[in-house]
Amino acid sequence: MTAGLGTEAVTPQTIVEQVAASRRAARTRWRLIFGAVWVALVVTIGGGMWLASGADFDFVVRSGPVIVLQGAGATILVSAVSITLATMLAIFGALARLSANPVPNAIGSFYVSLFRGTPLLLQIYFAYFALPQLGLVLPALIAGITALSLNYGAYLTEIFRAGIQAVPRGQREAAQALGMPERLLMRRIVLPQATRIVIPAIGNDFIAMLKDSSLVATITVHETLFMAQRIGRSAFEPVAALLIAGAVYWTLTIIFSFFQERLERRLARSDR
Amino acid sequence: MTETPLPNHGEREAPSRSGYSDVLPAHVGEVIVRAMGIEKYFGDNHVLRGVDLDVRQREAVMLLGRSGSGKTTLLRCINFLEEPTVGSVEIDGLKLGADPLRSRSREHQEQIRQMRLRAGMLFQDFNLFPHMTVLGNCIEAPTRVRGIPEDQAVATAEKFLDKVGLRDKRDEYPSRLSGGQKQRAAIARALCMEPKVLLFDEPTSALDPELIGEVLRVMEDLAHEGTTMIVVTHEMHFARQAADRVVFMDEGVICEQGPPEQILDAPEKDATKRFLRRFLIP
Repeated sequence: MTAGLGTEAVTPQTIVEQVAASRRAARTRWRLIFGAVWVALVVTIGGGMWLASGADFDFVVRSGPVIVLQGAGATILVSAVSITLATMLAIFGALARLSANPVPNAIGSFYVSLFRGTPLLLQIYFAYFALPQLGLVLPALIAGITALSLNYGAYLTEIFRAGIQAVPRGQREAAQALGMPERLLMRRIVLPQATRIVIPAIGNDFIAMLKDSSLVATITVHETLFMAQRIGRSAFEPVAALLIAGAVYWTLTIIFSFFQERLERRLARSDR
Repeated sequence: MTETPLPNHGEREAPSRSGYSDVLPAHVGEVIVRAMGIEKYFGDNHVLRGVDLDVRQREAVMLLGRSGSGKTTLLRCINFLEEPTVGSVEIDGLKLGADPLRSRSREHQEQIRQMRLRAGMLFQDFNLFPHMTVLGNCIEAPTRVRGIPEDQAVATAEKFLDKVGLRDKRDEYPSRLSGGQKQRAAIARALCMEPKVLLFDEPTSALDPELIGEVLRVMEDLAHEGTTMIVVTHEMHFARQAADRVVFMDEGVICEQGPPEQILDAPEKDATKRFLRRFLIP
């Protein structure tokens, strides 16, 4: 520590204050540099790509809002519906995986293995191109949501299973001691607590799904990537359109991650 | 060990020396809980080696013993949270034999459930449902298991919450209660099912010393009002105040039993003497 204190005497009090002040200053400096690097990266890389694409700014003004509004709307809709269906599937999947009966247990285990063991893109193709040959014709939107729900449902099944097992054994014993039959105990005591445990994981999966939902562009669902490709192609601005689509996904992720973090903090706080 | 002051309920009658069965306290009624020939193995570990225990209506029985003596296992066997390996339990006329081979069968599970409806259980770590308010905890089983209308269940719950001094906490979640309040809420929850007997499994062992008293006071009031209870405890002072009978367990069997004055002040068995020496340092 430098001796630039002037006439003031050096007491433990002043040392404590000085240490605190220097820590605050260091922290502010750290944040400023952190932010500056971020801005520099966004400007150079984003701007560089923009210049390299040789895009016309007019295109952004004309087509940007269409891609953002229609595309982002569809992306959020597809993701929200799929994560909801996936969660419901996962609850049944997890109950099946925890069942003492080998039949549901095998079905659950088969489901998880199959949908985690094959690529999501293949599952989307299958729902849209192969099912019609088996006599089941699904509109692109429905086929996309089906594939996404089944795929994410498989991952969430394992998460729910872990969540159910993480509910303390005493909770089950207390409910049993009150004479609750197994079904009621599961529905009223175990599942609500397991759901609270897995909510952060579901949020994470929702954010991942926002991006994976772009795969349904391949089967003509009018979501962000599909809109960007179509408009970009017809306006001869394919790179600019992709940049806009990228910005949409990125922004959505940042927004939902913010809410996700807040939710996680709130759940952590109200924990017994 | 911190001794917590308990309310003084006056002098007890002098105990007779002639053994337990001839000198039932006057307030005690018919046998309501009867455990017969209970044996329990955990793997090769022979935890209970043949226990017979009769508990009468309005009787407060305290189970004492070293850790590992089998007292908690015996309590858990009475409502089949542990299925005994051998033996049977009868509560208020419903008799159920241990049947570990068919323990998962639907029929046996249903009989166990009927048994549990007659016995309220209190746990060391309370096990309140954290996602329900205190009132929600109290009316959950009465409404959904017993099918009691909600307004009636709420009225009953308020009565018992009043009794344990938690009426003003009815809308709080368990995470906002102290340990002592949690255990009192758990007692109210158990009472709401109007069981024939209350089983306490070391109800104050997880509590900070200054919170033990409030729980023991509630339990002692219950005992003096004639609630049938079986209590596994290490609180000697409480056992002396509230017990009609003290049962000392050792090595998986009942070693000695009788009125508290007899067992605590003049034990006959060496195991009991050794155990008590640690608590009753003058």
